[in-house]
Amino acid sequence: MMAINQDRKRYLGRLEGKTYFILGDEACAYGAIYAGCDFFAGYPITPASEVAELLALELPKSGGICIQMEDELASMAAIIGAAWTGARTMTTTSGPGFSLMQENIGYAIMTETPCVVVDVQRSGPSTGQATKPAQGDVLQARWGTHGDHNIIALAPNSAQECLDLMLDCFDLADSYRTPVIMLTDGAIGHLRESVIMPRLSSIKHAARKLAKPGEEVFGGPELVPGMIHYGEGHNVHVTGSTHLASGMRDVSTPQVHDVLVNRIYKKIDENREKIVRIEQDITKNGKARAGVISYGATSRPAYGAVKRARLEGKKIDFLRLITIWPFARKQVAAFGQDLDTILVPEMNLGQISREIERFVDCKVTPVPKIGGIPPTVDEICQAIREVT
Amino acid sequence: MGEYRHRLKDYIREDTMPHRFCVGCGCGTVLNAFTNAVEGLGLKPTRMVCVSGIGCSSWIPSPYFKADTLHTTHGRPIAFASGVKIMRPDLTVVVIAGDGDIAGIGGNHLIHAARRNIDLAVFMVNNMIYGMTGGQVAPTTPRGVKTSTTPHRNVEPAFEIAELVAAAGATYVARWTTYHVFPLMESMQNAMKKKGFSFIEIISQCPENYGRRIGLRTGNDFLKKYKEQSIRIEKARGMSEEELKGRITVGKLCDRDRPEFTAELHDLTNELVLNLKQEGAT
Repeated sequence: MMAINQDRKRYLGRLEGKTYFILGDEACAYGAIYAGCDFFAGYPITPASEVAELLALELPKSGGICIQMEDELASMAAIIGAAWTGARTMTTTSGPGFSLMQENIGYAIMTETPCVVVDVQRSGPSTGQATKPAQGDVLQARWGTHGDHNIIALAPNSAQECLDLMLDCFDLADSYRTPVIMLTDGAIGHLRESVIMPRLSSIKHAARKLAKPGEEVFGGPELVPGMIHYGEGHNVHVTGSTHLASGMRDVSTPQVHDVLVNRIYKKIDENREKIVRIEQDITKNGKARAGVISYGATSRPAYGAVKRARLEGKKIDFLRLITIWPFARKQVAAFGQDLDTILVPEMNLGQISREIERFVDCKVTPVPKIGGIPPTVDEICQAIREVT
Repeated sequence: MGEYRHRLKDYIREDTMPHRFCVGCGCGTVLNAFTNAVEGLGLKPTRMVCVSGIGCSSWIPSPYFKADTLHTTHGRPIAFASGVKIMRPDLTVVVIAGDGDIAGIGGNHLIHAARRNIDLAVFMVNNMIYGMTGGQVAPTTPRGVKTSTTPHRNVEPAFEIAELVAAAGATYVARWTTYHVFPLMESMQNAMKKKGFSFIEIISQCPENYGRRIGLRTGNDFLKKYKEQSIRIEKARGMSEEELKGRITVGKLCDRDRPEFTAELHDLTNELVLNLKQEGAT
C-alpha cells in the first residue's frame, strides 16, 4: 500500500500523456488514482457523485478499493480506520454531507490521521439549491468541527487543476498527518474540459513519515510525529480524547491538552509558507490602485473582468488563492500594500473577503453572488468600474 | 522459581491497571471473558485490532486490552472498524462498545454492517442505560423505568437488538448475560472465528446509574436477577409472549453462512486487476 505499485502503474500506463475531455469531478477521481489512493468510501450527493462513480468504475482496475457506505459519517469513519492500516484514503461529498462529516474530520485532526475529503460545494444552507454551485463552505472547511484546530484546504479552478491538486492534497495529508480538504465547487465539478493525463515519470509522491518501533506516535520533538500502522505488533492506541505522546488517554492534566492541541495547531501554522500557493498577475506599467482576489470557479470570470478592465485603461492587479487554508496572509498583505481597494468576488455573502480584511489596510469590497449561477465577467467588471 | 506472572498479563496494558470500572460493574467480567476467549483461541493480540466508541464499556479495549486500538467517536466504531477490516482482512477486528454506541446513535451502522456481512465481531455490552453520562434513558431501557431523562417513567419500548441484527443478515448472533461467563467466552470464540458479521449482546449490570433506579444496588443483585430471569432460546421457542414477559432469552440466535463482504470486495478487485493484466498481454 501507499505506493504506486505494479497494478497502479499498469493502469496509469494506459492513460499517461492522453488528453481526456472530462468533468472536474472526474478529473478529481483520476487525480486520486494518480496520487495512489488505496481506499475510497463515500455516499452519493449532487454535485459530487461523479467523483465516486468514476472511482467505482476505475479504482478497482488499478488495485484500489471503492465502497459506498450508509452515510457520510460512516464514509469519513471508514477512511480514517483504513488510513491506520497504511492506506491513502479519501471520501467525497457536498455541503449537507460535509456538515455530517465534521465530527469525524475533527477526529482525524485530533488523531493526526492523513486523509482527503473532496467537498464539491453546492448552494446552501440545508438542501438549498441541490444542483447549483456555491462557495458557501469556505468557513465551514476552516471551522466546521469544534475545538481549536488548523486545516488545509485547496481550491481548483479548472478540470486540469482538479487532477493536479488531488496529488497535492494526498501529499499534504501525509506530510502533515492531517485531513486535507479539496474545496472544489459545483461549477468546476461539472465543468467539462480537456485534461492532460500526466506522465508517471513526472510525478513524485511525498512519503508518509513513519515512526520507528518504540518512538512515540503522538508527540516527541518534531511538530509532525511519524505513524505506526496497525498490524505491525506495536499496540498503537488511537483516541480522539486528549492523549499523551504515547497515545494513552489523559483528559485531566491541563498541560497535556495544551501541549497536544498547540502542536497540532502549530504544525500547519508554522509551515504556512511551505503549504500556501497563490497565483497573481500584477500590473507592469505604473502602480495599480485596485486589485481583485478570487478563487475556485469565481476566479475565472474574475480574471476575465480584470483583463477587460485593463483594456478599458484601468490599472488593476489580480490574485488567485489556490490554497484557501491556511490563509495566504503574507501574500495577501503584500498584494494589498499599495492598493486603495480590493474587490473579492465569491459565490457566498463574503466569507473570504472578511479574512482578507484582517490582513490588509486598504478597503475590501465584497462582490457576493448567490443563487446558483456563477458571476459573469460583465457583473464583476461593473463592480470594478464602480470603485475605480 | 521464577517470578509469578498471571497468564493473561500479556493481554492487558499493565500500566493502565487498576481499572476504573465502578464496584460491581459488568465491564470487568466482559474484559475477563474476552481476554480468556482470545487466549483460549490462541489468537495473537498483535494480529487483532480492537475498536470502541464512547462509554464505559468502550474502556474494555481502550485502554485495557493490549492490541492495536481505535477509540472512535460516539456511535461510529463499526464504521471505523469496517475501514480497518477492508484494508487488512488478515487481521481479526473486534468492536466492543455499549448499547448507546451500537444500538442508539450508531444503529444505522450496525444494521448495514450486518446486511453487508462484513467479517467483524461486535460485542455490545448492554447495560440498558447511558451510564457514563449519569443514567439517561437508552433505546434499550425497558418501558416504565425512571431514568434521569424519563423522570416520570419511560414510555418507549426497548429494542430487541439481537433479533434485529439477525434479521438484518448477520451470520452469527447470540445473547448472554454477565452471569453466563463460560457460555459467553465460548460464544466470543465462535464469533471471532466466524467468517462474517458476528454479534453478541451481552446484558451487563450498571449498579451505579441503572441499578439504583430499579432497586438493584450491587453487582450480585443483578447477577441473581439474571440467573432467575434467563431462559435458553431453545426453551423459550415454545413459550407465549405472556410467559416470556420479564425474561431474558439467552443463547445462539443464528449461526449460518453467507458470502462475506470483504472477501467479495477483494475478489472483485482482483478480477478487475487481472482483466487489465490479460488485456495488456494480448
